[in-house]
Amino acid sequence: MINIRRDVCGYCGACVSVCPQGSLELIDAYLTVDTETCKDKCKICSTVCPLGAIEWVEK
Amino acid sequence: MKEAYDILVVGGGPGGALAAKAAAEAGLSVLLVEKRPAIGAPVRCAEGIGKGALAEFIEADPKWVSTDIERAVLVGPDGTRFTIGGEATGGKVGYVLDRKMFDRELVWRAAEAGAEIQVHARASAPIMIDGKLQGAVIHQHGKTYEVRAKVVIAADGVESKFAKWAGIDTTVPLWELETCAQYLVNDIDIDPKANVFYVSNEACPWGYIWIFPKGPRCANIGIGIAGTKSGEGHRAKDYLDRFMAKEFPNAKITELMVGGVSVCRPLECTVADNLLIVGDAARISDPITGGGIYNAMYTGDLAGKVAATAIKNGDTSKKALMVYDKTWREGPVGKTLARNYAVKESFIKMDDKKLNSIVHSMSDLSIEDLSVKKLVLAIFKANPWLALELPHLLKAL
Ligand SMILES: Cc1cc2nc3c(=O)[nH]c(=O)nc-3n(C[C@H](O)[C@H](O)[C@H](O)COP(=O)(O)OP(=O)(O)OC[C@H]3O[C@@H](n4cnc5c(N)ncnc54)[C@H](O)[C@@H]3O)c2cc1C
Repeated sequence: MINIRRDVCGYCGACVSVCPQGSLELIDAYLTVDTETCKDKCKICSTVCPLGAIEWVEK
Repeated sequence: MKEAYDILVVGGGPGGALAAKAAAEAGLSVLLVEKRPAIGAPVRCAEGIGKGALAEFIEADPKWVSTDIERAVLVGPDGTRFTIGGEATGGKVGYVLDRKMFDRELVWRAAEAGAEIQVHARASAPIMIDGKLQGAVIHQHGKTYEVRAKVVIAADGVESKFAKWAGIDTTVPLWELETCAQYLVNDIDIDPKANVFYVSNEACPWGYIWIFPKGPRCANIGIGIAGTKSGEGHRAKDYLDRFMAKEFPNAKITELMVGGVSVCRPLECTVADNLLIVGDAARISDPITGGGIYNAMYTGDLAGKVAATAIKNGDTSKKALMVYDKTWREGPVGKTLARNYAVKESFIKMDDKKLNSIVHSMSDLSIEDLSVKKLVLAIFKANPWLALELPHLLKAL
């Protein structure tokens, strides 16, 4: 699953715009992931992040 | 917050502000919701805009203009510089804004025109009845409101979730999302009248590095690279840090900003029943420069006017709202976007050898203005080999 490192995230929304599942959202300046719809392994969000705030970890 | 409005605007950036203002000026009841607690902050922008473009909507004001820019300098991979502007442009060119203050001014003007503004108010879902949009669910300060509206204007920027929830695919292809990082840098030697652009596939793959002055010894220095070029150890911030270490090792950094800019084609259609999509949410930032302030203002203003007319005529169907899509797409904004997309497609993937050769040839050019068409035609003339590589581009011009 993806893990959002809140201390690294810049809340910019770059990942939100490329997520093919629409699983990411900035809620009150916090990036949140909908684990129901996230396909987990596409890694598009962790690739695009300008800061490296999204990592993929084994469940 | 009331239960119903004529128009609900989602997002308080330049697109949303102009939409709310235009609709309120037409006498409609308007609610603008912005999910962040403050309009315009944190800034996600390099803040450059052309003087002519800005003047179409608002008179420049020192309150929110940081610097007056007289020229643009293009720097090739090997450091060759090419300057556009100065004498030839009559000192016109552009400004670097203070977006925090600028965005507030725009929203303030919408409020003055009669629009209701709610901050820290997030649209979380559309209200759909019989498959048609009828408003939105709004969260604010821990409370949930159902707000009805005859028309919703989605001005929610690069995230563009609202239209997606309403069934329109707004996803940007990874390779067409420029992932960006920028520092506000102090105490550096720069030309305070020049916006500088560095192109190099090595230093900033499929993107560019910019220096936009914010004052005599202060500038926004940033980079955008294609999403597909980003990854562990080579993210936008990594590239920017390398550039800073090389060019400004003693700089004092007072702000870090990150963001995403789409450089894809615009959405296929920017309207649906009771819905208009404006600005970055419609994927209409410029594919070459990434600039989107003007396009957001233009489409926001237009959407506000079209929505007002549709509501007065009692028909807010997709068909009735299509005039919005048609007007921007067939007008100068749409034409420029289409042409610049073709230009971007042609140049973005060039290796540094070719880029060097182009910038070298440009030093002999005399170019009167900053128009992309003239610039590209001049580049073609000086580099005949390009015509063989990019025959389709000549047609697109
Ligand atoms: C690094 C970078 C540099 C740039 N440099 C330039 C430049 O030099 N010149 C230029 O012209 N353009 C530049 N741009 C692009 C420019 O910033 C945008 O095109 C412009 O801000 C678009 O305006 P907008 O109103 O469409 O969206 P935005 O200004 O992004 O506003 C959208 C607003 O909607 C809010 N929102 C989102 N979702 C919701 C929701 N569900 N409910 C309520 N509110 C919501 C957001 O919080 C945001 O405030 C740059 C962009 C980046 C990232």
